[in-house]
Amino acid sequence: MTTTTLNHDEAHHHDMPTGWRRWLFSTNHKDIGTLYLLFALTMLFLGGASAMLIRLELFQPGIQLLDPDLYNNLVTNHALIMIFGAVMPAAAGLANWMIPMMIGAPDMALPRMNNLSFWILPAAATMLILSFIVPFFPGGGTQINTGWTLYPPLSVQVGMSMDFLIFAIHLLGISSVLASINIIVTLLNMRAPGMTLMTMPMFCWTWLVTAFLLILVVPVLAGGVTMLLFDRHFGTSFFDAAGGGDPVLFQHLFWFFGHPEVYILLLPSIGVLSHVIPAFSRKPLFGYKSMVGAMLTVATIGMVVWAHHQYTIGMSLGAVTYFMIGTILISIPVGLMIFNFIATMWRGAMTFETPMLFAVAIVLMFTFGGLSGVMLAVVPADMQYHDSMFVVAHFHYVLMPGAVFGLFAGVFYWLPKWTGHMYDETLGKIFFWTNVIGFNITFFPQHFLGLAGMPRRIVDYNMMFTEFNVISSIGAIIFGLSHLLLLYIVIKTIRGGKKAESRAWEGAKGLEWELDSPPAFHTWTVAPQIK
Amino acid sequence: MKFNNNFKRQVNHPMSVTQQLINNQSYKLKTTSLTGILVAGVFFADKCRAEYGINFPPPAADVAQEIYNIHMLTMQITTVLLLIVFGFVFYSLYYHRKSRGFQADQDFHNSWFGNWSWVVVPVMVLGVDLTIAGKADAVLKKVWDVPKAENILDVKVTGHQWWWEFDYLDHGIKVESRYVPEKESGDLYLREVDNRLVLPTGQKIRFLHTSADVLHAFWVPELAVKKDAIPGYVTETWAELNREGVFRGQCAELCGTWHSRMPIVVESVSPQQFATWVDDQKAIKVAAAAEASADKTWSMDELMAKGKTLYDTKCAACHQVTGVGLPPAFPALKGSAMATGSIEAHLEIVIKGKEGTAMQPWGSLNDLEIAAIVTYERNAWDNNTGDVVQPSDVKQAR
Repeated sequence: MTTTTLNHDEAHHHDMPTGWRRWLFSTNHKDIGTLYLLFALTMLFLGGASAMLIRLELFQPGIQLLDPDLYNNLVTNHALIMIFGAVMPAAAGLANWMIPMMIGAPDMALPRMNNLSFWILPAAATMLILSFIVPFFPGGGTQINTGWTLYPPLSVQVGMSMDFLIFAIHLLGISSVLASINIIVTLLNMRAPGMTLMTMPMFCWTWLVTAFLLILVVPVLAGGVTMLLFDRHFGTSFFDAAGGGDPVLFQHLFWFFGHPEVYILLLPSIGVLSHVIPAFSRKPLFGYKSMVGAMLTVATIGMVVWAHHQYTIGMSLGAVTYFMIGTILISIPVGLMIFNFIATMWRGAMTFETPMLFAVAIVLMFTFGGLSGVMLAVVPADMQYHDSMFVVAHFHYVLMPGAVFGLFAGVFYWLPKWTGHMYDETLGKIFFWTNVIGFNITFFPQHFLGLAGMPRRIVDYNMMFTEFNVISSIGAIIFGLSHLLLLYIVIKTIRGGKKAESRAWEGAKGLEWELDSPPAFHTWTVAPQIK
Repeated sequence: MKFNNNFKRQVNHPMSVTQQLINNQSYKLKTTSLTGILVAGVFFADKCRAEYGINFPPPAADVAQEIYNIHMLTMQITTVLLLIVFGFVFYSLYYHRKSRGFQADQDFHNSWFGNWSWVVVPVMVLGVDLTIAGKADAVLKKVWDVPKAENILDVKVTGHQWWWEFDYLDHGIKVESRYVPEKESGDLYLREVDNRLVLPTGQKIRFLHTSADVLHAFWVPELAVKKDAIPGYVTETWAELNREGVFRGQCAELCGTWHSRMPIVVESVSPQQFATWVDDQKAIKVAAAAEASADKTWSMDELMAKGKTLYDTKCAACHQVTGVGLPPAFPALKGSAMATGSIEAHLEIVIKGKEGTAMQPWGSLNDLEIAAIVTYERNAWDNNTGDVVQPSDVKQAR
């Protein structure tokens, strides 16, 4: 194992740059982490605004606010902004901030590449936003009404905004792959002397697995959308039966990326939980080794079950049986993770600060989402659930608690470390309750809508679906507005508040808590010795 | 758009008197509490098929019933698992808290249980998984294996933007099924069509799914049939209806602008009624063919009248009744170069469509129908070209 030890004098030559140069030319993992997090927060509000418009349109039957293409454009953008703009950069922000501090490294292994992988994002986001607004200009072509899955032939009909979107996906993919390489190199080479792979903090493990997943699957998506680009402009027919192609091929390429992507979104939050729950239960994480094993199993099986998103395309009996059983088996490692979290809480001495409240909510609600996932995996029953609102309810129950709440928990957990101030606990709790209650009012009723026969991605519906849509939209307003409180809490904490100690939480363990709050611009310039 | 607040939901399923009584009772259940509904949904699902629907509608085929059963089974298993998890978590939340003075058990993970739980837990979950997968596998085979019965009824289901075409391959009948606007469909808005898919009970039916443009998906919950319609490929499903009634579904794969306006209405009738219906349809077809092939020169008024009806059903979804279209996706015809310029170009785009756009070929319409539509488009909405296109012109242009 290699470790890097910086000479003390050398470290002081790097003065902290000021002004815009500090951010644009930054090679500091903390500053880049902050940039990632601020970017993600901005995107969270963009994606959230589009979700609010969607729910307002669905508040009543009939078409009130949005024409159908604009509605589906928003559906597409909501997904892409949330996944690529909010959740992935937020997780990368946490990784940038925390991984070097957790493993006792002075910075990420490849600081200049770190700068590049962040600064590609604003360009990609610009392309993404252009793909949304270009159709509103003369000659801008039609809107992207395909949903984030971009299935051809519909995506071939779309005007030039689809090309903007394809290039945005390319850029986002490059950014993620670069960030992943950086994280892998950092974790494998820059751990403090004495810290082995099997003793490094769980958050680092989750990101190690996530980074490998990203490198394996993102290029497949990039290839898929490039083929789409060629079909659109250069006369190929990869996805056109008339030229010997197959529209379903795109679906396979997409979901080969799309399913592991779920674990990419999920695992960093599982990592956060593995720190938050032990800290507030005041006892060590239960089953470190089984956690690592479960994670590797999830990543492996998760790579080979993609076609459960496409049970209705007419695969053979053998193929669907395989994908069904493989998908159901994922419940084993995921079940083990949930079990380990509960066993960590068990016989602990728990207190319920905001990060822990989110953690408990995740254990309960993610279990719920996972179990509806088992129902969806059952092929015959999926003939009813597929592409209905039941699916929408399911994946929001997986991704909101599983990914986003985990990020909230991480932000509240580490905010004192980053800013040096404690956040306002009362406001944090109010945010938690409005957020979680709003979420459940929004998405729980959608299960019933799906079972009763309401397809997803429709702008207008029959009166028989009114009641639950009204409830869902009211919930969405509560849920959406609650995030303004998050913004307020974050700004308030950055500007001031009770001084945070280096170990901000009584039960917090790990190298990051040995450092001051806020930490110096360069930390661990002398690597700590781990016994 | 205004809607009657006193919503009357569709109750077109023929139901036994007891079932209806149960439904009326459960309707009062309303939305008192969501948890209440979940519990009710799981354990009393049969009673809760209220009109606003919180579960699948009553199945109309034996296989659909089995699918319903497996759905209920997995839902019950997962609910029990969920309650177990909730039970442990809430017990722990209550008892193992610092405010109660509970001391953390720092050696919990070193107990026997701590050392072996990584084996015990997966084995238990595997047991549950195999139970579900085993049950599902048996049903899956029935759903997937399309029977090879001699007298199977073949229906080719073609998805179009945004209507369904049903070809009864054994009878040479074609049904075009389109959404009906709100003023005609009322409470069945987005769930009613102009021509229903009429199917007999007690006979195995094979659906052959394909698409003329983009992906669609055929979904009728009562039949528990859902399959994607993929252009250039044919997929198959099957069903055998076990009761008469009207069953409503919708297109389930995003297919563009009017995805929400692709209802599917199955009218399940007795074999005798079905035979009568088939004869009627054949007679109508023969009459239409005779009319179209008659060597007759049609007057402007006749063609305009026919053309308006045809245009409003087949073309107006995109180009709008007023001919102004929905640019940029669907260009206007009113005052357009296409509708006021060369007749040949106009006929060609109608017959052959335009590649890479939503404009599909309409060549399957007969000469008279195309002549009427083109004449209408060239003279309606102040286009007033005065052109009268005859069926013979269309024949020449093909």
